[in-house]
Amino acid sequence: MATTTVHQTKWWSGGKSPFNMEYGKLMMWYFLMSDAFTFGAFLISYGSIRFSQNFWPDPNVVFNAFPGAGHANLPLAFVSVMTFILIISSVTMVLAVHAGHKGDKQGVMKWMVWTIIGGLAFLGCQAWEWHHLITGEHAVLANGQIEMIGQTMGGNPWGNIVHDNAALTAALNNTSHETLVQLVHSHDHSHTATELAAMTDVQLRGMVDLAEMHIREKGPIAFGGYFFGITGFHGFHVFSGVVINIIMLIMTQKDVFKNRGHYLMIEKAGLYWHFVDLVWVFVFLCFYLI
Amino acid sequence: MEHPAFEEVTVHHEHQDDATFKKKVRKTTILLSVITIIELAIGLIIYTMHKGESPSELLVLMFKGVVCILTLAKAYYIVSIFMHLGDEIRNMIMTIVVPLLLFVWFIIAFIYEGNSYKNLRNTYDKHFKETTTPVKHHKAEAPAAEPKSGKE
Repeated sequence: MATTTVHQTKWWSGGKSPFNMEYGKLMMWYFLMSDAFTFGAFLISYGSIRFSQNFWPDPNVVFNAFPGAGHANLPLAFVSVMTFILIISSVTMVLAVHAGHKGDKQGVMKWMVWTIIGGLAFLGCQAWEWHHLITGEHAVLANGQIEMIGQTMGGNPWGNIVHDNAALTAALNNTSHETLVQLVHSHDHSHTATELAAMTDVQLRGMVDLAEMHIREKGPIAFGGYFFGITGFHGFHVFSGVVINIIMLIMTQKDVFKNRGHYLMIEKAGLYWHFVDLVWVFVFLCFYLI
Repeated sequence: MEHPAFEEVTVHHEHQDDATFKKKVRKTTILLSVITIIELAIGLIIYTMHKGESPSELLVLMFKGVVCILTLAKAYYIVSIFMHLGDEIRNMIMTIVVPLLLFVWFIIAFIYEGNSYKNLRNTYDKHFKETTTPVKHHKAEAPAAEPKSGKE
């Protein structure tokens, strides 16, 4: 810290900012600190609930899909793409701030555009992931019958795998016609859904391969609330970051900062954007890795 | 910026020339990417261990610990290099970092709390224990002689 060794700088003797920092930037830091506690509280609450359960779904089982890859089992693949998108957009933001230091308007605009694109790409990935989790239905054994449920706030299809084949066979006999059609359709693509719907329940039951299905119990219901709540809150931060960056881009374009003589606003927006990346590092850790 | 932009900013940080700056940013980017790749590799190791016959709880826990430490390293680099906190004066850094120490208590207290709640329920709510404890794959020895550590 070269700045502290400057001679004759008496930070606390009045007339100067003891922190040698512009007011708005300092307040941005304190806002980010308080936001860190908000996220921290959410994540710690998640950890607390998770430690209170005997069973928690394995993230590699839940998050194993990739756009366009069908039912291929690709654990961690998509989320690593999202992580790299955020890291790269953080780097482009650093470059935008640096261009601002030099008063290079074109440079600021170029790197801000890339940062905005990165943010939008991340949001797109998250939208796909949520959609996939909510609409992708999985067979679970519940109340003595087989049900097809997605990962929502009210249900979690990632419980323990059921090994009791007698219970599964009994459950199959109680299962509704619609669910049987869905069940067969999920692993047998030689018939269309309408063909299957025309078959009798007995025929359909004969086509269900219980050993192949890996039918699970329902998992802890809190999983959905925490996952959608925390990644949603983070996604909202990304969204507001993109909006702020777009405003900064327009202001740069209109020479607001050039006339002001400095690009400190870009620096403050940059701090917020890096914080969004920082939070994702922890969300990634808590939901996807451990 | 030669002249101070604001009156309160009295001393300017040394501005590195372009080449040093670019080098620093490139180095940090590569570092963050490499750490992320290592984390992903560990995640996949944990996944294969879970698929295996009898995953060693201790080893899984150790890998998870390593991932946590790597994440803290990533956070350090983002804050100190990308957000330039490392270049600010010491008093400023302390007003940010010292309050964050509350997290040490925060994490320990609430994880302990959750774990204690689980143990109490397993002791007094047999239905909870029977319906939620994972059954071992092959010919279970009496299910869960010791409750699994909550971190799955």
